[in-house]
Amino acid sequence: MLKMRKKLKVAILGTGNIGTDLLIKILRSDYLECSYFVGRNFLSKGMSKAINLGVRVSDKSIEFLKSNPKLYDLVFDATTASEHIKHAIIFKEFNKIVIDLTPAKVGKLCVPSVNLSEVIHFNNINTITCGGQASIPLAFVLGKVHPNTEYIEVISAIASKSAGPGTRANLDEYVETTEAGIIQFSKCQKAKVMLILNPAIPCIDMQTTIQATIKDPNMDLITFEINKMVANIQKYVPGYHLLVPPTYEGGRLIITVKVKGLGDYLPSYAGNLDIINCAAIAIAEEFSKAKLK
Amino acid sequence: MKKIHIHDVSLRDGSHAISHQLSKEQIISYCIAANNAGIATMEVGHGNGIGASSIQVGISKLTDEEMLTIAKRNLTTTKLAIHVMPGFATINKDLKKAFDWGVDLVRVACHCTEADITEKHISFARERGKEAIGALMMTHMASKETLLEEALKMQSYGAEGVVLYDSAGAYLPRDVKDKINILVANLNIPVGFHAHNNLGLAIANSLAAVECGAQIIDGAMRGFGAGAGNAQLEVLVAVLQKLEYETGISLYKVMDAAEITQEKIIQEIPTINNISIISGLSGVFSGFAKHVARIAKENELDPRDIFIELGKRKVVAGQEDLIVEVAIELKKNISTTKSK
Repeated sequence: MLKMRKKLKVAILGTGNIGTDLLIKILRSDYLECSYFVGRNFLSKGMSKAINLGVRVSDKSIEFLKSNPKLYDLVFDATTASEHIKHAIIFKEFNKIVIDLTPAKVGKLCVPSVNLSEVIHFNNINTITCGGQASIPLAFVLGKVHPNTEYIEVISAIASKSAGPGTRANLDEYVETTEAGIIQFSKCQKAKVMLILNPAIPCIDMQTTIQATIKDPNMDLITFEINKMVANIQKYVPGYHLLVPPTYEGGRLIITVKVKGLGDYLPSYAGNLDIINCAAIAIAEEFSKAKLK
Repeated sequence: MKKIHIHDVSLRDGSHAISHQLSKEQIISYCIAANNAGIATMEVGHGNGIGASSIQVGISKLTDEEMLTIAKRNLTTTKLAIHVMPGFATINKDLKKAFDWGVDLVRVACHCTEADITEKHISFARERGKEAIGALMMTHMASKETLLEEALKMQSYGAEGVVLYDSAGAYLPRDVKDKINILVANLNIPVGFHAHNNLGLAIANSLAAVECGAQIIDGAMRGFGAGAGNAQLEVLVAVLQKLEYETGISLYKVMDAAEITQEKIIQEIPTINNISIISGLSGVFSGFAKHVARIAKENELDPRDIFIELGKRKVVAGQEDLIVEVAIELKKNISTTKSK
């Protein structure tokens, strides 16, 4: 007999592109229930969307979550890196699980296809960056197959329209956090990350290229492992796919992926929004499964 | 006499033309000559600016630190400048260090509709007491109204000038007039123009900008820059002299500096080849030329077809990874046509 599952109560802090897209994904989830959508301004686009969807909202930002700790078990922080550093202390005090979508990297770094099962023992989980979610699983594979990988480079191009003010204010943090993630997960000591905002209209889909310096790469094994990883990612990011399979060209290994979004809040070109949110949802659902067994 | 500030990009834009392989000796000879000619500001570095050396856009022979400290040691009156692109270079990893190495001026560059990503870098430079100029690239892709909006943002962040880059060499003089006029009329800071010579119009476009009130003009010795090159600096000096503008640069000495550049640094004097024409027409960044040539050869394709396809996709600098994708696709199309 089909029984209604108990859902984990989650709050969203930050009503920009990321927060609003998360909300729509949560409304579809079998494991999560959005108890509050919290921002600063009832007139913002995200807030109006939430009100239209019948979601409870507050414009009192972090103060609201401080005064009402019983209303939620987990919170998604979709503000900015500098804001999250302040929020992290508060959520720790209230013993809340927080999934941080800013590049603040206060908490445990998580890429679901690589270390999902480990992170439920932590209270603050960081989803790194969109480019990190797209590239780190591939870097992880390269580091596993070739521990002698000398250098890994990641470049992502996203449509200008998909980058809201938070993303734009966090460009430096994006670069530095993604680099830290690549190094930590691949164990390769040298990494470089770049981000391009592409103003072209019609908007381009998010695209991430990873290039690596590897002596005598085992192309068959790399291809096999990368395909396996891509299939794994597709379980929680349906629009993720290999555009240029592992190719050895001019002394470098190159892999390109494209991420098409689900088109929940922003159109499907905003794969960057989608991949980091799909990762955040996968993490939160894992908590829900563990806590509400 | 009206003053025009000529900004020398030879050792930065020119890096594209030699795959970022500037040597220590080349930087030394160049800096001495440029300094001697009275060049007020000059850029040194990787073609895509500080922090850009990478597989994606090319690995520099020297590190940023080596290039900038060598240059600084050999300049007395000329100010040392860098090109910085947020997304490639960060304040912590690159900009702070650059100032420690003696950089005086920063061009904070972004694609023409993305000025808000330059705010932090511009304000940081100003806080450190350095000069900061906003650089809007690939400006043929945006309307004059949009460019004005973006330039006003840069002005509000503290930029002490805004320069429009014709990165693809796609402008005609009438486009220059249209866009420079509106900026000059509405900004309180100097306006500049950075030309590329793909359609043979670098000098003409620079003059059109000056006539509309632009005060900063970018140039490179012998045109040494990406693709078909930039506005030829020594020609700019000569032409501006003829039009009775003051540049502060000695014509003979700048010609000598151009001679040295040709002898010691330039491998191939920039010319307008078929690729540059197509790249200008299709509005694709000139810095793509070398990558396209190599990938076209490897895949037995006509590089012009690759450029036209890239133009259709409206690529911008930094998207060099798309070249391989386009090549693979073109090849696939060719083989399907053949098999039919």
